[in-house]
Amino acid sequence: MSIKSLIVDPLIKSNPITLQILGICSALAVTVQLKNVFVMCAAVTVVVALANMGVSIIRNHVPSSVRIIVQMTIIASLVIIAEQFLKAYVYDQWKTMAVYVGLIITNCIVMGRTEAFGMKNGPIESFFDGIGNGLGYSIILIVVGFFRELFGSGKLFGMTIFELTKDGGWYQPNGLMLLPPSAFFLIGFIIWVIRTKDPSQVEE
Amino acid sequence: MLEHYLSLIIKAIFIENLALSFFLGMCTFLAVSKKVSTSLGLGVAVIVVQTITIPANNLLYTYFLKAGALGWAGYPDVDLSFLGLISYIGVIAAMVQILEMALDKFFPALYNSLGIFLPLITVNCAILGGSLFMVERDYNFGESVAYGFGSSVGWALAIAILAGITEKMDYSDAPKGLRGLGMTFMTSGLLAIVFMAFAGISL
Repeated sequence: MSIKSLIVDPLIKSNPITLQILGICSALAVTVQLKNVFVMCAAVTVVVALANMGVSIIRNHVPSSVRIIVQMTIIASLVIIAEQFLKAYVYDQWKTMAVYVGLIITNCIVMGRTEAFGMKNGPIESFFDGIGNGLGYSIILIVVGFFRELFGSGKLFGMTIFELTKDGGWYQPNGLMLLPPSAFFLIGFIIWVIRTKDPSQVEE
Repeated sequence: MLEHYLSLIIKAIFIENLALSFFLGMCTFLAVSKKVSTSLGLGVAVIVVQTITIPANNLLYTYFLKAGALGWAGYPDVDLSFLGLISYIGVIAAMVQILEMALDKFFPALYNSLGIFLPLITVNCAILGGSLFMVERDYNFGESVAYGFGSSVGWALAIAILAGITEKMDYSDAPKGLRGLGMTFMTSGLLAIVFMAFAGISL
């Protein structure tokens, strides 16, 4: 597979969230504000790419009976580095989503990709597969985060776009968008749109 | 005292449901929830593992990782809390492995019915998430047992409900693009709203 298709395919065609059902927990939980979304996406993309590469490098030396725990160790070490990094440089964001950063370890995207791709392919392909899947994950999160922040609080990146009625403007915020269930609906709609455009993904 | 634990359990099951208000264990939640019987099996496995691992991680945290926890070994200034993530996941992976072997040896019937789900549980974020919440909220040992039990029961309850609804949904005539995963998302969204009704209860 060419590097281009490794990066482009997971964006829409085999998107980790809408098709592979991977990495949904954090997609739902951190999407209230776009700022958090970007921090989370960067962390996940870096961890997936490096973990995939790391697993791929040692894939021929690990007996398959202990591979899960070896992968876990690699992933956990990378996540600890990412967590300490975020804690040092973007402390505010880290604080609002502390638990979910730790949960990148069990984010199925990471485990799913190392298991499905890293164990079978070379380090360079694995690295780009990780980047591609990280970006595919980011696209969905950014779309969800965009709608939730814009319609839920009339802002983007914390800057006011729609003047709220309580500040003398015209926009009555949609409270549902701030609540967790809205993320389910938004992702449901995204899946609907993608599958209408690409009928080969439809489940019977 | 008993009242305190009881309210902690109720809170963990309904008000702070791991699946529907914190979105933990979503991947398995959405992928496995097609048949009630399988999802019940998974639910039971999660309850067993969670009720063991959260107290185990609590002990680990209190006696090894917390700032100053190594005082009993003569190192009162050591703070190992940055090793938390890797230790918890290690404990979880080890527990799952031990449980698998123990069940295989002593309760083969139960092992056969849970079999495929046990390895999956290692990567279920509800388990690790439970441990992280336990640390964040500073539960003591007794509370962590109650929380481990309550939160996993809540998760099992949610997945069983969702599977029940999804099973019935097969007979409905949904738009093509929405069939399968799309519908499951919408349903869990509605379910999450239903569970929000519990949020007003103060215990």
